[in-house]
Amino acid sequence: MASFQFNTPLTEADVRQLTIGDCVTLDGVVFGIRDASLMRMLDKGVPCPVDLRGAALLHTAPNVRKLPDGRYEPLCVGTTTSMRMDRFTEALLRDHGVRAILGKGGLSAKSAELMATYGAVYLSVTGGAAAGQTLQTEAIEQVFWEDLMPECLWQFRVKGMGPLTVGIDARGGNLQLDVQREAERKAAEILRKMGVA
Amino acid sequence: MEVPETFYALVEDTCRDLYIRSLKEIPPDVVDAIRRAAARETKEVAKRIFAAYLESIELGRGRDMIVCQDTGIPIYWVGIGSRLRLDGARLADAIRRGTERATREHPLRSSIVSPLTRENRQTSTGEGIPIIHFNFVPDAATLDVLFMPKGSGSENMSSLKMLVPADGVNGIKRFVLEQVVGAGAKPCPPTIVGIGIGGSSDLCMALAKRATARPLGSPNPDPQFAALEVELFDAINQTGIGPQGLGGDTTALAVHIEAAWTHITCNPVAVNLQCWRAERRRATLSADGKVEFGF
Repeated sequence: MASFQFNTPLTEADVRQLTIGDCVTLDGVVFGIRDASLMRMLDKGVPCPVDLRGAALLHTAPNVRKLPDGRYEPLCVGTTTSMRMDRFTEALLRDHGVRAILGKGGLSAKSAELMATYGAVYLSVTGGAAAGQTLQTEAIEQVFWEDLMPECLWQFRVKGMGPLTVGIDARGGNLQLDVQREAERKAAEILRKMGVA
Repeated sequence: MEVPETFYALVEDTCRDLYIRSLKEIPPDVVDAIRRAAARETKEVAKRIFAAYLESIELGRGRDMIVCQDTGIPIYWVGIGSRLRLDGARLADAIRRGTERATREHPLRSSIVSPLTRENRQTSTGEGIPIIHFNFVPDAATLDVLFMPKGSGSENMSSLKMLVPADGVNGIKRFVLEQVVGAGAKPCPPTIVGIGIGGSSDLCMALAKRATARPLGSPNPDPQFAALEVELFDAINQTGIGPQGLGGDTTALAVHIEAAWTHITCNPVAVNLQCWRAERRRATLSADGKVEFGF
C-alpha cells in the first residue's frame, strides 16, 4: 500500500498508477454532487455549469451557514453512500472526463469496469468521520443550483483531503466488492457451523 | 401533577438541544466500543479508518463540531410518567418546534423532503416528521425523551421478512446474517444490528429500530434472546466486512434484539442497522423545570 498526493485537476496518468488499498490525499478543487444534482444534470440534461474534465467528485450534501455576503461557510462536509449514484458513473467518465469519484460504500462491478476503460478511480472517504474532513475544506468557492439545497452542486477548495483509500483502481480492482464477496463466502460457512443449513 | 404553562417551552428548548448535541457528542458507550475495536484491529486499512473515526469523535466533543454530515430523520421516543398531567397535542407540537429551531438556529442541514416532489422545507420536518413514539411509564413523574437522528446510509439497509413458523429460529439467523452481509460497506460499519422478532409487520420493524437505541451491548432481559444476540454477534464479526466495508475484524459493535409475541401463522423478523456513531441523546424533564441530559 503506497501513499500519493495529487493536485486537481487529475490526469489519467495520476490515477492509472493507483492500486486498491493505496492511500491518497488531494489538494485543490473537489466538486460536491449527489442524487438531486446528478439527476438534474444527467437525467434532465441541464448543462453542467462547470468543466468536469479531470475532476474529483465528492458524493456530499454538507451542513453550511449562509453568510451576509451570500457566500457559504462549511459547517460539516462529509460523504454519503455512493451506490445510489452508481448508474451515473458511465456518463460522468465518458462524457465529462471525470477522473475520481469520492464517496463511501463503494460502487458496482460495472462501475469498476468503466473506471478501467476510461481511466478513473473510486476513492473511499471515511464515512461518518466528517468533522475531520470539514477541517480539510478550506472554502466553498462556488455553489450552483441552490434551489436543490442541500443537494446543490458545490465547489470546495480542499487542502490535504484524506487519507482517502483507493476502493476501485483503473485496473479492475474493487476492494469493497472483494470484501463483500469474501463475506458472502464466509457467511455460508458460518451458517453451516451454526447448524443453519 | 399538572405541568406548568412553561413546560412546553422547556420541551421545545430541550428538543432543540438534543438534536444539536446528538450530532456532536457521540455516546460514551459507543466511543468505548470504537476504541476497543480499534485496539484489537489487525488490518492496516481498518486501523486507518478507526483512527479517522476517533479523530472525528474528538473534534465533535473538543471543538463543538458536527461529527457526520447526515443530520438524519429525527426520531423521538417519549416516555410520559403516569403522574404527569399534560396536553399531548401541545407536547408533540413542542417537539416539532424544537426540531425546527435546531435546524434554523444552529443551522443544520435539513435532510427531510417530500417523497414525491422532493420539496425540502429546510426545517428537518414535514408530513409525519419528526417521528414521535409515545409510551407511558408507571409511577414516574418525569418526561423522558430519547432522541435519535437516524442517518440514511444505514436506514436504507432496513429489511423485513415475514417468515413462517416452519422457518423457525434458523430462518431468523439466516435472514439476519444475509442482510448484514448484503449491506456490506453501505451502512457505515461497524454497525449496531437492531433486530425485531415477532409482532405484526409494522411492530416488528419498530422493534428493530428501538433495539438500535439501547445502550451498546446491553443484553435482552430474556436469556433466550440474549443468547441469540451473542450467537449472531459472533457470527457477524466473523464475516470480515470491517469498518467502511474495506475489510477488518469488527463488523458489528453490538447485536440487539427486541421482541413481541406474534400470530400463530407468523414468524416475522426485521433488521435495522445503525451506523458506527450510533448517535442518541436523552433528556429527563421534571415538571419543576429541571432537565437532566444523558444518553
